Amino acid sequence: MPINVLMPALSPTMEKGNLAKWLKKEGDAVKSGDVLAEIETDKATMEVEAVDEGVLAKIVVPEGTADVPVNDLIALIAEEGEDPKSVSAPSGDDAPKATEAPAAAPEPKTAPDEAAQPAYARANEAPEGAVATRSGEPAARTEGERIFASPLARRIAAQEGLDLSAISGSGPRGRIIERDVREAAKSGTGKAPAKPEAAAAPEAKAPAAKPASGGGGVQPLGIDQVRGFFSKDAYEEVPLDGMRKTIARRLTEAMQIAPHFFLTVDCQIDALLALRSQLNDSAAKDKDGKPAFKLSVNDFIIKAMGLALMRVPDANAVFAEDRVLKFNNAEVGVAVAIDGGLFTPVIRKADQKTLSTISNEMKDFAARARAKKLKPEEYQGGVTSVSNLGMFGMKHFTAVINPPQSSILAVGAGEKRIIVGKDDQPVVAQVMTVTLSCDHRVMDGALGAELLSAFKTLIESPMGMLV
Amino acid sequence: MSETYDVLIIGAGPGGYVTAIRAAQLGFKTAVVDREHLGGICLNWGCIPTKALLRSAEIYHYMQNAGDYGLSAKDVGFDTAAIVKRSRGVSGRLNGGVGMLLKKNKVDVIWGEAAIDAPGKVTVKETKRAEPPKGAKGAGSYSARHIIVATGARPRALPGIEPDKKQIWTYYDAMVPESMPKSLLVMGSGAIGIEFASFYRTMGAEVTVIELLPQILPVEDREIAGLARKRFEKQGIKILTGAKVTKVEKSANAVTATVEDDKGKTQQLTAEKLISAVGVVGNVGNLGLEKLGVKIERGIVVTDGLGRTNVDGIYAIGDVAGPPMLAHKAEHEGVICIETIKGLPTHPMDKGKIPGCTYCQPQIASVGLTEAKAREQGFEVKVGRFPFAGNGKAIALGEPDGLIKTVFDAKTGQLLGAHMVGAEVTELIQGYVVAMNLETTEEELMHTVFPHPTLSEMMHESVLDAYGKVIHS
Repeated sequence: MPINVLMPALSPTMEKGNLAKWLKKEGDAVKSGDVLAEIETDKATMEVEAVDEGVLAKIVVPEGTADVPVNDLIALIAEEGEDPKSVSAPSGDDAPKATEAPAAAPEPKTAPDEAAQPAYARANEAPEGAVATRSGEPAARTEGERIFASPLARRIAAQEGLDLSAISGSGPRGRIIERDVREAAKSGTGKAPAKPEAAAAPEAKAPAAKPASGGGGVQPLGIDQVRGFFSKDAYEEVPLDGMRKTIARRLTEAMQIAPHFFLTVDCQIDALLALRSQLNDSAAKDKDGKPAFKLSVNDFIIKAMGLALMRVPDANAVFAEDRVLKFNNAEVGVAVAIDGGLFTPVIRKADQKTLSTISNEMKDFAARARAKKLKPEEYQGGVTSVSNLGMFGMKHFTAVINPPQSSILAVGAGEKRIIVGKDDQPVVAQVMTVTLSCDHRVMDGALGAELLSAFKTLIESPMGMLV
Repeated sequence: MSETYDVLIIGAGPGGYVTAIRAAQLGFKTAVVDREHLGGICLNWGCIPTKALLRSAEIYHYMQNAGDYGLSAKDVGFDTAAIVKRSRGVSGRLNGGVGMLLKKNKVDVIWGEAAIDAPGKVTVKETKRAEPPKGAKGAGSYSARHIIVATGARPRALPGIEPDKKQIWTYYDAMVPESMPKSLLVMGSGAIGIEFASFYRTMGAEVTVIELLPQILPVEDREIAGLARKRFEKQGIKILTGAKVTKVEKSANAVTATVEDDKGKTQQLTAEKLISAVGVVGNVGNLGLEKLGVKIERGIVVTDGLGRTNVDGIYAIGDVAGPPMLAHKAEHEGVICIETIKGLPTHPMDKGKIPGCTYCQPQIASVGLTEAKAREQGFEVKVGRFPFAGNGKAIALGEPDGLIKTVFDAKTGQLLGAHMVGAEVTELIQGYVVAMNLETTEEELMHTVFPHPTLSEMMHESVLDAYGKVIHS
């Protein structure tokens, strides 16, 4: 039997992707770990690795094909002893869709799971996560995973109003059986909640997030309408890539759904700049004379934002349909501009990390973002983001919140300005203007102001960030 | 120096030898002790040789009724010695097979009477009961980290009615008759009693079954047992229920039983032989268990459901660990026990899902709760029934009598029990056993395609009937 190579799901919510490039051609020998192809999605370019040995017998989806649905057959690998020439793509009912790997297609009702699925799914085989539990070792399952439960267990759960995903199975391979459901019914675990999870997921669409389809929404102009405004030879058409489509969709939603308000404040950064050069001078150097770290102003801003969120815990929250999700750690996204778009990798526990750690993480993130090699879990999440256009000389701007985050800080350039000094005399100071965009659903003006002034205090007395 | 094992199993019956093989598979250095025969009662004096006898009876019955199938058979007769020889031959062959399996799995066989001196210590004494199989180790001291008691059970003897091998038989004697008795009393109508009643009746004996309880086959569903009774009576078996044997007198060639019915009326029944089939009792004695403080209640070693007794290092499985006293229960319990010792994840066996089979004519097979038990436990039930008379294959076989009954929980659709009487039902029941263990509801059973034409279609129809969707009835 030839091995089916299927379109992988690179993230839990990925529905389709572009087959950017085949790195092997028909007839090439492949072994486990070989990169077969590159898949481009809205966010990243990822590699499809072979997990079996054999010969790439047939490429079913040619490179350059856009919008290939997840789990579609993209190629066939002939196993050892098979004649690659005799291998042909199945058709009709034999197509591997019928046997698609269960976990790669999460049920839409549940929120996407935390971890991205394996980047390669083989037909007829459940991904490891689905079979990992052994009898007698019940394990919590990630959401979206197929739930194995006996028919009787399913029926009793339905009758008792129990959510099977909250019940761990004690049957063979973690299957949920009658005993588990009866126990859950007795103990009250697994009572189905009111399904608030959907809005908590980074990529999930909130129920109200379909402005265009609802009545009263403003329809964007169609292609032909836009073209109609211009003469034909005035432009060149460039189709959107996945990232651009996502940015367009997500930020449109953000502006339409999250009621933004904006708070602007000036921060004096002379002390910060002095501390920065002092710290950078103190960095240990390796034998090539390369310092162990080189802090940027932005690293201080990330850290200050993380600490500010912890000092104003009510602002460390996101809106989720009928509730807010309050966070225990500060997760700060950082916008990284790349060719054709941007990424916002997230610094986790920004409040706890040292400046040098943040700095080095950011350098790694930025490099990998430009190479489109970030993993989905690295750019998902975050309560707030930092967008810095200071290096372009921007004095002041406002940013669009990246849903489901609840705020974003737009950072302008640090520049010398004349300000009114302590004794009412004009003095020259380094000043940086920042503007916080806030989601009014979760944060009112006063709360936003509290967050921003906590930030300002930290930036203006930067020693506070070192302890 | 005594020989040291990881696991030593006392008793090489179906529980013991299966456990030994599984133990060896799990990498334990394993020995099994027996004093009489590899394969135990099951293989030598129970399940298997009786099936051989009943097969002879079945074919004899067909030959006597050859005309029903358009065939002729003249001078149909039998040779008792040859029937018994065949039955012993079947046991002998399988007994040898068990020896080979143990050898193949490098399980040592130790021949003799075992007693546990202390946890980890076993003394085996020489036995005169039977010759040891080739390659077996002999009497001596042995040590083992884990000792599993799998000594099985023996026939229960009622006071005043003790078996004597001449007029009063147990299953041992009934298995090897020198000649077919002309008349026979069978005391007890469980699986053993009924199978012998059926065998001897088919071979021409006048048979009377005496049962203390109001129903023959007391563990079976009342309706099924009632249908079976009618068939037995039609075959000429006399059945007395609610009847007690109060006295037995023996003469040179006969035995006379005084039987008292539930109204206190007595009658005397005389026959050539009496088979005592009033159940079995666990072999808990002479093993040193009491001395070690192993908890025994009502003749049964108490375990935690995974084979562990209250004394570390001593385990019990099979008949000696309690009912149902069935070979397949012993095997399964043994595997659970040894896998628990190995540290594998195990669960106690669900005793509510152990099937039971009786190989009389007609056959009886069942699993789970009877209708009465289900109601007693508070279930609101849906009951399905399908008669053999509505099944094409049954008619073609010339077996139009029988019933398949299913009992469902009306609330959840859980299959609570299944009960069958009729041709080949002992081979059918497993379908429902699998269904119950997979926790199917009526829906999956209804959606399952059963092959046509087979007797198994009745299993489908019975489920359909429980939900008012039956087709052929």
